[in-house]
Amino acid sequence: MSDVVMPQMGESIVEGTLTKWLKKVGDKVERDEPLFEISTDKVDTEIPSPVAGTLTEILVQEGAVVAINTVVARVGDGAAAPAPAPVVEAAPPAAAPAAPPAEPAAVAPPPAPVVEPTPAAAAVVVEEDDASSPVSPLVRRMARENNVDLKLVRGTGAGNRITKQDVESFLAAKQSPAPAAAPAAAAPTTAAPPAAPAAAASGPLPRVEPAKVRVEPMSMMRQKIAEHMVHSKQTSAHVTTVHRVDMTKIAKVRAKVKEEFQQRYGYGLTFLPFIARAVAEALRTYPVFNSSIEGTNILYHSDINIGIAVALENGLIVPVIHQADEKNVVGLQRSIVDLAARARAKQLKPNEVQGGTFSITNFGSFGSLFATPVINQPQVAILGVGAVEKMPVVIDDAIAIRSMAHLALTFDHRLIDGALADQFCQKVKAALENWSDQIL
Amino acid sequence: MRKVEVRELGRLSYADACALQAALSGERKQGLIPDQLLLVEHPHVLTLGRNGHKENVLLSAERLAELGIEFFESNRGGDITYHGPGQIVGYPIIDLREWKRDVVAYVRGIEEVVIGTLHRFGIEGSRDPGATGVWTPQGKICAIGVHISRWVSTHGFALNWTTDLDYFRHIVPCGLARPVTSMEQLGVRVERAAVHQALVEEFARVFNYELAPVCA
Repeated sequence: MSDVVMPQMGESIVEGTLTKWLKKVGDKVERDEPLFEISTDKVDTEIPSPVAGTLTEILVQEGAVVAINTVVARVGDGAAAPAPAPVVEAAPPAAAPAAPPAEPAAVAPPPAPVVEPTPAAAAVVVEEDDASSPVSPLVRRMARENNVDLKLVRGTGAGNRITKQDVESFLAAKQSPAPAAAPAAAAPTTAAPPAAPAAAASGPLPRVEPAKVRVEPMSMMRQKIAEHMVHSKQTSAHVTTVHRVDMTKIAKVRAKVKEEFQQRYGYGLTFLPFIARAVAEALRTYPVFNSSIEGTNILYHSDINIGIAVALENGLIVPVIHQADEKNVVGLQRSIVDLAARARAKQLKPNEVQGGTFSITNFGSFGSLFATPVINQPQVAILGVGAVEKMPVVIDDAIAIRSMAHLALTFDHRLIDGALADQFCQKVKAALENWSDQIL
Repeated sequence: MRKVEVRELGRLSYADACALQAALSGERKQGLIPDQLLLVEHPHVLTLGRNGHKENVLLSAERLAELGIEFFESNRGGDITYHGPGQIVGYPIIDLREWKRDVVAYVRGIEEVVIGTLHRFGIEGSRDPGATGVWTPQGKICAIGVHISRWVSTHGFALNWTTDLDYFRHIVPCGLARPVTSMEQLGVRVERAAVHQALVEEFARVFNYELAPVCA
């Protein structure tokens, strides 16, 4: 098995961002075939595999900043899953400052010839003496000072990397009076701990303090969402206003046509397309809600493109219904069903997540009454739809049971004042409360 | 002395330019041709770098189509940028193993080529340590985005000569909300050929070339 390292891409470069894996674990790679991409200062560089084989392990996730000479992956001969054996064909990483490896043939990949040792390079050089995972100098020093064989320590860091906490827990376990501590702690990973006492097999498992923190790199989507949310909060002056809307008429329309609708179109009819329809009308009446801010200018968008937030397993995405104002309730429902399904299947086309001019988020489907959504930049408002629930309502001094929902509009107070926001909400509310059941 | 072939290709679509670069970089990697410098002009096009943010495009796909602006996702570094008439786009395809072997030094070299070129026309361009490209007090005049594969470069720089800067309003250029400018806007009215000539000479100076005959 060969280590693949972050190559040296120039004297001045100590690190780069690993932006993309071009292969997955289990994929076959040829020698010199591009394996991943590194971005430094507006330069994207493809890094080829140093050897032919099967990509057995990815140790660094996309988006991570990697110092040169860090082991980022392993390529095996394809025979088996990653074995915990120490690296045999130790590749360039080991070649610390002093000894640049002999350069392969002319068309070789960037072979990490360390020209001059940089601080970062020195900091991550992986010695080839023990453990199969790369280990930080700190951990290595701790191990040396405490006489710990790193092969016996179970790594809980990214890519089973051994962290400081792992060594600490290992030491704590070793010091505890329980018998057979070391071998048991080692059992999960090591094939052959050197000195397993006979008692190990039958002895009780020692209590090993679990690491107090588990480190997991964020997915690219998570990072994007994080960036987007903070960017939005820093950009807009968020204010949320909440209006209570009587959805009884819509509920009746739904109840009436539900079965026929399901039969005819193959999907159900929800409250959301009605709300989208009402919003499109309100956006026509109050175009400032369909605008964005550029410097000191207001850009009024002629198209009404409504984004619908879709929750994914580990994130969310906001596909866009373009020209939503030109669609009726049936068309809107069709678009919502289609976009949501394809969002979950990761089949959206780029233009289907671009160009939104207003967004709707339907947290009511998860039971929320109302929330204060964050504006989807560069838009200036977002409508949050709360759960539709039957509740007692006072109408003309009598108590009636009605299907009620809370609509929460978050708007950018830089551009929109509260009075206008409430007029917008009243427009949406009026459209929903006075729905003509003839029209879908 | 090292050799470079300069190809002045006139108006070329972005897709064609990418295909040509792919072919030439393949030949370059095999050592079949010397280093190349392509100089082209693109029709209206927005291109997004590998690490770019689509939200920096401020128009919908439909609106872009209406305006006759193409959209491409590219494998170069950098964020979103605009190319169009009046811009001089340079694509050096060079083997960096023969020049410093340093991808960031390469980008600094490209900046130096453009700064040297502008200097000849009385424009003082400068670098911004945090933002690759060439800047003037009036704004960014040259964008840079590069792709390296096996030490061979593709993509390159886009210098605003007489670019219609209104088109940059459709994007947040390179993800930076800072103004853009052009040689023309800075009051320099010169022939395109004169700028080409200066770029080629500065390119040869910075990257240490003896100029090979110009091909087309």
